[in-house]
Amino acid sequence: MNKIALIISREYLTRVKKKSFLITTILVPIIIIAFYAAIIAITVSGSDEKQKIAILDEAALFDGKLPEARKNLELSFIKQETEQSFTGKYKDQGYDAFLYIPAFDIQKKPVVTLHSQSSASLSTTVTLEKLVNSTIRDKRLMAQGINPAALESANPDISIQNTIDSKDGSKKAVAGVAYAVSFICGIMIYMMMLIYGTQVMRGVTEEKTNRIAEVIVSSVKPFQLMTGKIIGIGAVGLTQFAIWIVLVGMMQLAIPLIFPDIVQQAQQAGNNAEAAGAMGLAGTVMQGLSALPIGKIVFSFIFYFLGGYLTYASLFAAIGSVVSDDQQEAQQLVFPVMMPIILGFVIMSKAVNDPNSSLAVFGSIFPLTSPIVMMGRITFDVPAWQMILSMVLLIACFIFFTWITAKIYRTGILMYGKKASWKEMMKWAFRKS
Amino acid sequence: MHLLELQNLKKYFATQKAVDDISMQLSEGSIFGLLGPNGAGKTTLIRMITGIFYPDSGEILLKGRKFNPIDDVRNIGYMPEERGLYKKMNIGEQAMYLARLKGLSKADAMARIKDWFVRFEMESWWNKKVEDLSKGMSQKLQFVTTVLHEPNLIILDEPFSGLDPVNANLIKDEIFRLAKKGHTIIFSTHRMEQVEEICDHIVLVNKGKKILDGTVHQVKQQYKDNVYRVGGHILAEHLMTPIFRLVDHKADHILLKLDQDTMPNDVLSHFIRQGVQIHSFQEVLPSLNDIFIKLVEGTPSTRQFQELN
Repeated sequence: MNKIALIISREYLTRVKKKSFLITTILVPIIIIAFYAAIIAITVSGSDEKQKIAILDEAALFDGKLPEARKNLELSFIKQETEQSFTGKYKDQGYDAFLYIPAFDIQKKPVVTLHSQSSASLSTTVTLEKLVNSTIRDKRLMAQGINPAALESANPDISIQNTIDSKDGSKKAVAGVAYAVSFICGIMIYMMMLIYGTQVMRGVTEEKTNRIAEVIVSSVKPFQLMTGKIIGIGAVGLTQFAIWIVLVGMMQLAIPLIFPDIVQQAQQAGNNAEAAGAMGLAGTVMQGLSALPIGKIVFSFIFYFLGGYLTYASLFAAIGSVVSDDQQEAQQLVFPVMMPIILGFVIMSKAVNDPNSSLAVFGSIFPLTSPIVMMGRITFDVPAWQMILSMVLLIACFIFFTWITAKIYRTGILMYGKKASWKEMMKWAFRKS
Repeated sequence: MHLLELQNLKKYFATQKAVDDISMQLSEGSIFGLLGPNGAGKTTLIRMITGIFYPDSGEILLKGRKFNPIDDVRNIGYMPEERGLYKKMNIGEQAMYLARLKGLSKADAMARIKDWFVRFEMESWWNKKVEDLSKGMSQKLQFVTTVLHEPNLIILDEPFSGLDPVNANLIKDEIFRLAKKGHTIIFSTHRMEQVEEICDHIVLVNKGKKILDGTVHQVKQQYKDNVYRVGGHILAEHLMTPIFRLVDHKADHILLKLDQDTMPNDVLSHFIRQGVQIHSFQEVLPSLNDIFIKLVEGTPSTRQFQELN
């Protein structure tokens, strides 16, 4: 057993110490988060400079009263000018743009123009549009004898809450969040199985073509070498995940420290009407997450990752042991193993929409697809019997596959020259040792 | 006492009797040559001795006890013909890993690796990778990892291939030194001149069967052709005799094949009676190369597949 530990630690350390591991593990989330932060920063802050904007209000829309300051916009009225006369001057007087509101009938649509030297930013245009529109609306309401403030206070602004009445008490259903969590978990298991499964396959082929397998197999049993490799690489996968989770957590703490502006602006924006929607979404996400059975999800994720990875890794190891250095050979043999993984992914993307359909139930119990599909159903209450059946079948499948693939591996790893056919592999797998 | 004893080993594959009833004994401290043409079953035989394959039938006894692949790992060091090392792994770490798989403790392994690295002038290699090494260099490293745990039985499959004469001598000296210390060495090769130089005892296998077994001296005696090399002033008229016949005639010597009942002294007295001055007289023993070719010749150069069962 001590030797398995040695093999595991070699497989683990050689991979973790590689530069590429560091790069993918640390840089990928940093890039993703930096990207994400940049998008937020751009959306929230817009341009930093204050825009000076002149308003030529021929319609007396604002009644000579400057509207409340809008973010980044410095508004001022211009009098004794016409649109034509001022067009040539506003730049020299220090304005970035000027808004021309011609006299118009309040019940009709006016043509409002914003003059600027270069095309005005979207946020500036949108802010001004809102300003003009709300002012016209208020005027029209007043003309009908309605007080705009009274209308505002009459606005109910209600969102409907969905409560599920199941046996274990009512829970808030936050369908969107549940959907996203299921989908992300499913995709992660799918990727992990593919990425680390193929790593196992490559590792085995490398040992075989380097002929180191022969040296090592004279010291340890082939089964020890195979399981050591599979466990070592699985541990690399778990490490990568742990690092990602820690990094994401740290980033969430660090972003406010590094960019205090963004958070402040986000909070300011939160006070403004137009950003309220975005903040409300974040609130829904938080609320949705807290409503999910986190413990159950984490447990299932780890269980199905390990079960799925171990089941497929042994298959990948067997394939790695029968091919030579030829990549094309490996591709051909690996295709049938990839099929159920891809099938699982397809069923999973259906299952998140319709978690109790018979296809989803089948997919989440059938052991070759269950790791992916079950994660797609996990946030929607899965009946206990299905969960237990799925787990038991997965464990049984893992044991069965390890048993037969170990036999293929044992023979394949010492065979040189030709690639074994499926028929030969089956013969190795089922013959008595 | 025999270190290793093989009794009626058999290993049949689907299409070949790879090893078909081979028995042999190896005494402690001897250097043993395992010879045979390609595909004769040498690798299969070696894989059974190293515990990679289980024999279909027959016994392997190591130090008189039944061989157990798990417990006897420490007793065996195997260097396969095709070199096996992790290309991208640190050389120091690699040596350490292989030593620890053999069951050495960390401290013990470290001390021995350092000792060998100094002996082979490899100290500066520690942090290099195998892919940075030349073929000869990785050969040296492989040899070190094979003998590091001081196994009783060391199996070397073509250990000199790819080595320059200086490094080949270095390894050869180590082989002699290890044998002197009591390690038994199985040496598998096609290079007969190396066998003659190094081995005490040889076994020749062909088509899965043992066809020759003995010390180098015994084998040569067994296959000698009764040919003698005679140097002297010999003329054609001196050769008119029924007791020998001329095989070859060279500038300074002739080769004579003696008749079955003729003794060397009969030849000498024949020449002396004729008044011929003899400068040298020596028996010509066949080279192992000749014996090898003679025994293996006639069998197809590549082994044919056969249907078993």
